[in-house]
Amino acid sequence: MTDFDNRLMDIAPREPAVTRFRPLSWLVVPLLAIWFQVFVHRFVGYVSYLELPLLVTIYFSMMRRQPIIGSVFGACVGLAQDSLSDHYVGMFGIVKTMVGFIAASLSLRFDVDSPLLRLTVTYALFVFHQMGYWAVAKFLVGQSVDLQLPQMAIQGFLNALIAIPFYLVLDRLKEEAR
Amino acid sequence: MESFLARFRHITVLLLLLMAQLLLLAYQVKTNQEVRLIRIWAVTAVTPLARAVESVSVYWNNVFTTLVRQREVLSENERLKGEVSKLRIENQYLQGELATADRAKVLLAFAQTIPSKTKAARIIGSGTGSNARVVYVDRGSADGIARNMAVVTSKGIVGKVASAYPTASLVTLVTQQGFVAGVVSQVSRVQAILRGTGSDLCTLDYVRNPFALQDKEWLYTSGEDRVFPKGFPVGQVRVTKKSNTEFEFKVQPVALDHLEEVLIVVEGIHGAIPDPAPAPSQEVVILPPPPPAPASAEAPAAGAEGFGSTDADRLREKYRKLGEAQGHTYGGSPGRPPDFNKAVPSAQPKPASAAPGKPEEGKPPAAPKEPAPVKP
Repeated sequence: MTDFDNRLMDIAPREPAVTRFRPLSWLVVPLLAIWFQVFVHRFVGYVSYLELPLLVTIYFSMMRRQPIIGSVFGACVGLAQDSLSDHYVGMFGIVKTMVGFIAASLSLRFDVDSPLLRLTVTYALFVFHQMGYWAVAKFLVGQSVDLQLPQMAIQGFLNALIAIPFYLVLDRLKEEAR
Repeated sequence: MESFLARFRHITVLLLLLMAQLLLLAYQVKTNQEVRLIRIWAVTAVTPLARAVESVSVYWNNVFTTLVRQREVLSENERLKGEVSKLRIENQYLQGELATADRAKVLLAFAQTIPSKTKAARIIGSGTGSNARVVYVDRGSADGIARNMAVVTSKGIVGKVASAYPTASLVTLVTQQGFVAGVVSQVSRVQAILRGTGSDLCTLDYVRNPFALQDKEWLYTSGEDRVFPKGFPVGQVRVTKKSNTEFEFKVQPVALDHLEEVLIVVEGIHGAIPDPAPAPSQEVVILPPPPPAPASAEAPAAGAEGFGSTDADRLREKYRKLGEAQGHTYGGSPGRPPDFNKAVPSAQPKPASAAPGKPEEGKPPAAPKEPAPVKP
């Protein structure tokens, strides 16, 4: 091995850039998203396709770049969403746990500040979330839930489109980046 | 082992989380019970915010609705005000038209009741002087109107045509100074000359019998002036006694109020002076008829004494009873007449069960009662 090779070997692997948020953001933003999901739909019916808790989960998991935190955050958001719904607690929790984990894992390998990547990841995770929920409902709980793929595809695209400016708004909550 | 956990800690945490939630899910599905505590926490965390937002939303919704409604109400108010003004003008116009139609109807009806031939005319102007008591009507010589034709309404005489022009005529009102007309009173038939004085009241001249003329007596045209046909109302006379032999007579013409349409008498035919009617102020009160007698009550016998009988009825009844008591039949046997000086026997009810003359067992025979004294 040459000297150059030895120097290369000594260099530690690059640590992922972790984005920090104000502590209150971790509580208020998901709460607002869930509140929007639960109560605003009552007044504004045409935004019912919006899955703000999922977008928040994806965003915070991607920005934090830590799969454990992403998983826990997704589980918390999912469980909170389950708690305000009429189905079993844990259905959204399981799905959003996996979504948080995947989003955080993806952020370790890709530049998640790119809008195109955000759009793609959000669309893919939305589809994954819907299919995961359908699978949990059908196979674990035994409910008969229809899987409407065209509707899911359109809703995923709309959510991905909304996610771009929504993530830009959430970017303002960043405290510092390193 | 530690290195394994450190290497796969992400997956491990994920699996633990998934496992925990799967267990939670399985527990709920198995026991069919919900995890109440988690739901309470979530609802408690979310609902205060929702309640606050709901209150704010309702408040601003009310404010916005009120503002919008206020604007709508204001604009509607303006529109309604305009409509009300428009309708008020229209209503005023229609009321005028209706009043005109009513007056025309009354005039037409009146024209049909009088024998004289008349032409209806509308007053289109008045005299130019401040004290002028003349008017212009829209009928002239082209319509057959000539000078000295009488002008009347359904209430009474108005005046006479002073000048007839092709398209209009000048009418002198009865109150114009110098206007004269022959009149006669309704009750006492006193004849006089009505004279205009230039004021609202006319005077009576040449009253033939001033003592007979009563206050508030109605005056009618007498027809002797050869202008007004006989029988048109003129007005009520006010008699003022100046001395024992001197009277002052003032007449308030009745037909000059709200003068708009008149009738011009083109062919006068004398009519009759109506008989005096009772004064409208003397109200006569007539009680309603008595209610019919109940069917069970017996009607009083014909000729019986009581309500409605006369002295002759009572005398006839007395004689009938005397005749019955003394066994005399009036108009029957030509025997001795009954003694009318005896007292009239009183009517006694006979016992229904006991035979006449036979006393009941255990009871004394009833003594014959003395006839009741008859009061004169």
